Amino acid sequence: MSEAYTFAYLDDATKRMIRRALLKALAVPGYQVPFASREMPMPYGWGTGGVQVTAACLTPEDTLKVIDQGADDTTNAVSIRRFFERTAGVAVSEHTAEASVIQTRHRIPEKPLSEGQILVYQVPIPEPLRFLEPRESETRKMHALEEYGLMHVKLYEDIARHGAIATSYAYPVRVEGRYVMDPSPIPKFDNPKLSNNPAIQLFGAGREQRIYALPPYTQVVSLDFEDHPFEPTKAEAACDLCGATESYLDEVIVDDAGGRMFCCSDTDFCASRRDAGHIGRLAPEVVA
Amino acid sequence: MYVATKGGEKAIDAAHAWLAAERRGNPDVPELSIAQIREQMALAVNRVMAEGSLYDRDLAALAIKQARGDLIEAVFLIRAYRTTLPRFGASAPVETGAMALTRRISATFKDVPGGQVLGPTFDYTHRLLDFALMAEGEAPLAPQDPAPQDTAPHVLGLLDRDGLMEPLPDGAEVPPDLTREPLEMPANRALRLQALARGDEGFVLGMAYSTQRGYGRTHAFVGELRIGTVMVEMEIPELGFSVEIGEVELTECETVNQFTGSKTEPPQFTRGYGLVLGQSERKAISMSLVDRALRWAELGEENTGAPAQDSEFVLYHCDNIQATGFLEHIKLPHYVDFQSELELIRRLRRDAGHMQEAAE
Repeated sequence: MSEAYTFAYLDDATKRMIRRALLKALAVPGYQVPFASREMPMPYGWGTGGVQVTAACLTPEDTLKVIDQGADDTTNAVSIRRFFERTAGVAVSEHTAEASVIQTRHRIPEKPLSEGQILVYQVPIPEPLRFLEPRESETRKMHALEEYGLMHVKLYEDIARHGAIATSYAYPVRVEGRYVMDPSPIPKFDNPKLSNNPAIQLFGAGREQRIYALPPYTQVVSLDFEDHPFEPTKAEAACDLCGATESYLDEVIVDDAGGRMFCCSDTDFCASRRDAGHIGRLAPEVVA
Repeated sequence: MYVATKGGEKAIDAAHAWLAAERRGNPDVPELSIAQIREQMALAVNRVMAEGSLYDRDLAALAIKQARGDLIEAVFLIRAYRTTLPRFGASAPVETGAMALTRRISATFKDVPGGQVLGPTFDYTHRLLDFALMAEGEAPLAPQDPAPQDTAPHVLGLLDRDGLMEPLPDGAEVPPDLTREPLEMPANRALRLQALARGDEGFVLGMAYSTQRGYGRTHAFVGELRIGTVMVEMEIPELGFSVEIGEVELTECETVNQFTGSKTEPPQFTRGYGLVLGQSERKAISMSLVDRALRWAELGEENTGAPAQDSEFVLYHCDNIQATGFLEHIKLPHYVDFQSELELIRRLRRDAGHMQEAAE
């Protein structure tokens, strides 16, 4: 652990400021709380919001897990995990169940979370209405007035044009019947896990200076229409390594003749299943 | 198995080692010292100090060396360092009227009290490569004039006396600090100026240029451009008075803009203002044009929908550290989202195929 910096890098006054924003965010689920995001030693857009939230939550007793695209060994996940190993000296783990704080980009772990765990999302664009209305002063008004007609019109136009809602990730949700919220760019497959989750879910957007949150057991509904209900989707296949049919799959191109395979995006989930003896179509044991 | 973006730990270490070697370049060539960069790349150092919002020539020079001359990367290093520094307090406002000038020009008057001082400028140089610089020679000498500087009051203050210039606001209000509080819209002028002062030189230049070409035109003249050093004073509560704690070099630009009057304001000249750390006159002039364009609402002017009139557009996009970070983050793996897009496109194509078949 590096002696030159405070525990988990941020100075105490900054942590206090972020914790206040977090408490407010938990008190008003789905509401975007402005916070004075700091410049971090990694670039904006690379998880600075999530890193600041994690830094404000960590205690020396915590065990941290960091995933990107569901994997613990993707480059940016490695970089962020190392950052906290260096500045906070906390224990790290790749196992979802062992971690007390999990920082994620683009996925919710497959293994259900439990009470006492904190899931920290990295958020690029926190405003679900941003691509419908570019002005922050306008979108804040729309949230205040609960004026979400524009969003429903957009979803309706999708159906009119494509026969389906053409949003596959960062699929907008409504929190406890009040705020429309961007769940960060998770695939819509993960949306159902947002709701009624026993863990605390915190969302940090560093560049956009916003924090929002879902307290445990919050009701989160993906926007849809009665005749076009929300549908979480995934590749219609099983994991070629562990055989799982219920997990979100990455499609991997394996040769230049169009050959492909599917494997779990959640590396810990896949590895635990293989350890428990589950075998997929292309598992080394089968291929060998 | 495919692991292009996985197994990152070793790859990161190797990439960083390679980067360090590339930074040094050919070891047969002597290494650059911080002092060399500070003294001979002074305008690059100035830009890094201005956009990094930290006045320290040695640290800026170090950042430039570490960033291999990539100035935005150097600004980023300085910003990340700056944010860890404790705040002791705020200085008293600097008095730019009392600046020790190295350069001072006015384009609106042939001569002004205090005189026009060209100073060390590229203006009027012919942009011909000086091949003599390829050979390391004697240090050039500039003639010295030991005459003391005349007092040089602000040029726009002279117009102000005749009532032709919009009066300056008293400025008693404590300006917000965008590095400590989240930027909230609408932003007042002090906050806008603060964002522009650390904004990307290229972006602010482009915005200013667009106003000259008719996108939110404001008819700017350089009333005064001055570069020099000012004393920084801070009030020490225990002492009850201000003491000088150092000096900084600043570039200040005030533009005079024609204004034919509106429903709320009489015909008069109006101001645009630019103030930048170090010697950076392109940035200071650009800033003053953009400042003026953003003032359309308070002056009761028409909003023509020009980008430079839109403070949300300008302020949310002028910071090159935010911009470059978000732009470059698309290099990170996005395969989970891409996978969901793949499935969506396949499904839409399938559905469209069925519909076509049914139609036939």
